[in-house]
Parts: sequence; C-alpha cells; structure tokens
Amino acid sequence: MRKRQKETDSSSTMNQIKPSTNVLINILFLILGLTCIFPLLFVFSISITGEEALRSNGYQIIPQEFSAAAYQFLWNERGMILNAAFMSVFITVFGTIITVALTTSMGYVVSRSSFKLKKLYTWLIFIPMVFNGGMLSSYVVVNNILGLRNTIWALILPLACSSFSVTICRTFFRTTVPDSIVESAKIDGAGQFRIWAQIVLPISKPVMATIGMFAAFGYWNDWFQASLYIDDKKLQTLQSMLNNIRASIEYLANNPYGGLSMQQYKSSMPTESVRMAIAIIIIVPIACTYPFFQKYFISGLTVGSVKE
Amino acid sequence: MSMKTTLKKGGSEKGNAQGKKKFLRKRWNRDDTELFMLSVPTLLWYLIFAYLPMFGIIIAFKVYKLAPGGHSFIYNLLHSEWAGFGNFKYFFVSNSFAMLLKNTILYNIAFIIISASVAVGGALLLSNMRNKGGSRVYQTMMFLPYFMSWVVVSYFVYALLTPERGYLNGIITALGGDPVMWYQESKYWPFILVFLNTWKGMGYGMVIYLASITGVDRTLYEAAVMDGATKLQQERYITLPSIKPVFVMMLILDCGKIFNSDFGLFYQTTGGIPQSLYTTVSTFDTYIYQALKSSSPIGQTAAASFFQAICSCATILLANWVVSKIDNENRII
Repeated sequence: MRKRQKETDSSSTMNQIKPSTNVLINILFLILGLTCIFPLLFVFSISITGEEALRSNGYQIIPQEFSAAAYQFLWNERGMILNAAFMSVFITVFGTIITVALTTSMGYVVSRSSFKLKKLYTWLIFIPMVFNGGMLSSYVVVNNILGLRNTIWALILPLACSSFSVTICRTFFRTTVPDSIVESAKIDGAGQFRIWAQIVLPISKPVMATIGMFAAFGYWNDWFQASLYIDDKKLQTLQSMLNNIRASIEYLANNPYGGLSMQQYKSSMPTESVRMAIAIIIIVPIACTYPFFQKYFISGLTVGSVKE
Repeated sequence: MSMKTTLKKGGSEKGNAQGKKKFLRKRWNRDDTELFMLSVPTLLWYLIFAYLPMFGIIIAFKVYKLAPGGHSFIYNLLHSEWAGFGNFKYFFVSNSFAMLLKNTILYNIAFIIISASVAVGGALLLSNMRNKGGSRVYQTMMFLPYFMSWVVVSYFVYALLTPERGYLNGIITALGGDPVMWYQESKYWPFILVFLNTWKGMGYGMVIYLASITGVDRTLYEAAVMDGATKLQQERYITLPSIKPVFVMMLILDCGKIFNSDFGLFYQTTGGIPQSLYTTVSTFDTYIYQALKSSSPIGQTAAASFFQAICSCATILLANWVVSKIDNENRII
C-alpha cells in the first residue's frame, strides 16, 4: 500500500487541488484532530491542578496552581493501583496470547481447501455473525452454567475469539500460505500442528499483529465483562476500578443518606484530581502505543472488508 | 466461495495429481484428523460461548424458579414451568417497550447517517490533501478516541459537563448565562450522544474509506484529467463509485446492528442513566443490563434479550436481501 501511495504522489502532481483549498482542508482537519486530543490534555491538566484551585475556579485548561498531589496520593496508595495495573496487564497479555492461538488455529484450519469439514466450519463461523443468544444468555452461560463469576476466566474467555477475526485470518492464510508450502512440509513428515506452529505462524506476523492488537486493546479497555462478573476487589482491573469509583459516586449522589455522613463521604472518595489521574494512567499506555500499531489496525480493517 | 476454491485447485494441481486428490477427497485421512485436532480448542469455544447461549431462548419461555435442594441452574430451568409467550407479552405491553424501540432505532439511524457522511466526506478530503505527512498526522490524531474505552470517555464528558466545575458551565457563566444542569436536562442528550458517537468513530471510518480510495487505479484519474474532468467530477464519477462496495458493506453491517446499541455510550457517558434521562437515553441494551443487575425475573429479561437478538438477525438478512435485489454484486452473504 505504501508503494502505491508513493506512485500516487509522483504521478498525480498535475491533478491536485488548489493551494488555498488545501489550506482550508488543513484547517478543518486540524480542528477535528484537536477536538480528538483535547479531552485527554484537559483531563491531564485537571490531574495536575491543586484541589484548592479546582474548588474555587472549577476545571481550567491551564492549571492555576500546579500540584502533584494526585500522583503523590496514587503513589501512597500504590498497593491498590499496582494490583489493578497488574491485573490489567496480565489479562491483556494472557488474553491476547489465547486469542491469537484460538483465532489463528481456526483460521488456518478453515483456510485449507482440502479439509473435509471445511463447509461445516464455514457455517459454524458464519452463523454467530448473524445471530447470537443475546446479552442475557451469555451472562447465564458464564455466570450460572460455567460458574466463572469472580475468576479471571470471566474476563478472558468471553472475549477470546470472534468470527470477525477468524475471517480475517482465513482470508490472510488463503492468500499468503500457498498449498505448496504445506504439501512440502507434509512430505518432510511434519504434522498439521507443526506446520501451523513452525511454518504458518512465522510467515503470518502481519495478521497476528492485527489480531493481537485488536485483542490487546479490547482486553485493556474492557470494563463491561468486569462489571458483570467481578465483585472481588482483588480481581479489579484499572478500567473496572475507574468504573467502580464512578458508580459509587453516583450511588452516594443519589442516596445522600446512604448510611454515610458527608464527612465519611468526602474522605472515602478519591478527590477529583485523583480520579482524573487514574484515567491518565489508563490512557497513557494506549496513547503512546497506538500510533505505532495503527497500520496493523488499518490493514486488519481493510482485509476484513475484503469480500469472499 | 466454493467456486473460488475449485478454481484455485484447478489452477494449482494438474491432471494426475488432481485425479489423485479427487480420490482422496472421498475419505477422511490423517490430515483431516490433524486439522480437526488443531481446531478443537476453538471449536469448543464456539460451542460454549457462541452456540450454547442460543439455547438461552428456553429461558424466555419459562418462569424460572429455584427448586428446593440447591440444584444446578440447568436443573432448575428444566423443572420450571413453561410460560408460553407470557414473558414476551409482559415485555411488549410494558411502558418501556415502545420507548426502547423508538430510542434504539432512531439513535441508530442518526448514527448511521451522520457517521457515514462524516467518514466518506473526511476520506475524500484527506485523499486530496497535498501534504501527505500532514494527512497522516491528522489521521493519527483522529484515531485516538477509537482506542478510549467509554469509561474513560465518561470522565472526559464529566470534566466538560459537571454542573459546578465543568468546563462548559464555566464558559456559560463567564459569558453571563445561567449554568446548565447537564445531567438532568434530557433535551440536550440526543445531540450529545450523536456528537460523542461521531467523535469516537470518526477516525476509524475515515481510515477505512481512505484505504479503499487509495486502492483505486490511478490511471482512471489520469484518463479523466485528459478528458478535462474537474476535481469534483472525478470524485463524483470515479472515487464514489469505487468505494461503493465498501460503503454498502458497512451499511449492511450497520443496519444489522440497528437493534443493538453501544452500551457504554448510553450507560457510561450519561453517568449510569439518571432518572431524569431515563426515557431519553434508554435502549434495549441498557434496559437488559439494568434488569440483569436488579432482581427482576430472569424470564422477562430473557424475552427482551431474545427479542433483540431475533430482530438483529432479521434486519441483517433483510438488509442483505435488499442489497442483493438492487445490486447483486455487493451483497455480503
């Protein structure tokens, strides 16, 4: 794709928009782009504003009074934060490995044209794209039938595979892993498992990166599964911690006499700057990594939209 | 699809080899066993997490009761009484049903129209930008919200809208207006939700269309320039028709989701749906989630959930059917 873009640059210099129009378009996108990163900067500046200034001036873009108190507070409470951060990282890493393994193995199997059950599998993968049992049924399966409540499996398994990513893998393998490679490996005595692990996967890094990135961002950003299945504070991820803080503020706001005095309420809740600081802790790893992985997302999205 | 496979096979293997292959095709061989073994983990995942929930339909037709003696969920379910369509009836005649149906569909229609226009328009402009480096920087900036979870976005929204300290009220009071109680005024929320949805999906949508515009054969444009076509005519007669397949596919997929809603958008950004916003921002998903979290009878929740799943399935098939009638090339199934 990059090559094609270069060609475009050189061949169509004649056929370009007017410089003035170009400036207008630039201004438009600069505004749109800034709208997208503004909230992040805003939340960051709240997190480094002193609590006094927040109380008297409200939230300001430029902090009136700098203070590292929020981060200091988080550092003092690092036991809880680090535990949640560890859970987030663990679930992201472990979950991504499981997802890549499940997705690529199935993608490889259905990409083999000689496989006898190929037709059955194609339907098996297709049907859930159109029909699913609904939110309640999934909840019942995880919660009541499998009994995964308050285990890390409840955060990993429901998200571990999807027909969308299996389809991306299948399309990729079908076009990039020629039958001849597989045949020659078979002649050398390799079984399908070995072919998958030692031949197919090493030459499929782009699609693994795409699937892996989708999965990793999915796990890191998940709060929904956690809000359904996790009550145990020890299993709290960063996202669910942020979600729980918000939820308990609402609870207290809606039930002002919910058994707590105003004093207790104030002392039990993290201050505003601390909340924003936790949000920043979640965003920074994403904001620092996504520009590098963006191309894998794009390639995945475009491969996924290639029709069969 | 099957035709493609046959073609490929015909191309790669010739004569003798093909005959041999045909003979082998009839029987299950070691290769199939190995491939099957390789697929077993994912197969199990599909059976448990994709197909088992489909049997959840039974719950919607039952009055779930705990049988004495601490049996498993399935035992209790099978020994509960049948409710016929009682659970569905309860859901359909309840006050919520019409409101949920209206909200879910209207929000989705607004989202589809606005997001698609912004994405296509943005991609057209980006593809024409002269400074490609700048275009890449803007794309990266606009992609950021896509990677934020709704919980994080809800903190952004809170920072802007919270009545006492929020940024917007700060501006309004500085200009001499009265502060707005954003989380209690339902009239603003349709606009806020549409804005947030567009904001979050903008980068993603533009990038998809931009990728398919980049794939258009450049010689078409050169030929058009020879014929004296203006930039606008080129977009109208070359670019737009070229991205039509992607556009139609995205549209079908979006229509298939018309009974679903992005739960986080409706639930998180409103601050957990306060009473004052309930009728404005509730959708099927938030209703089911709230029912699930409360102690309402599981059968009634299942009926709502199942109704939603059936409608989604019907709309995606319908959208595909309509497209296949108009333009058979672009159907996806």
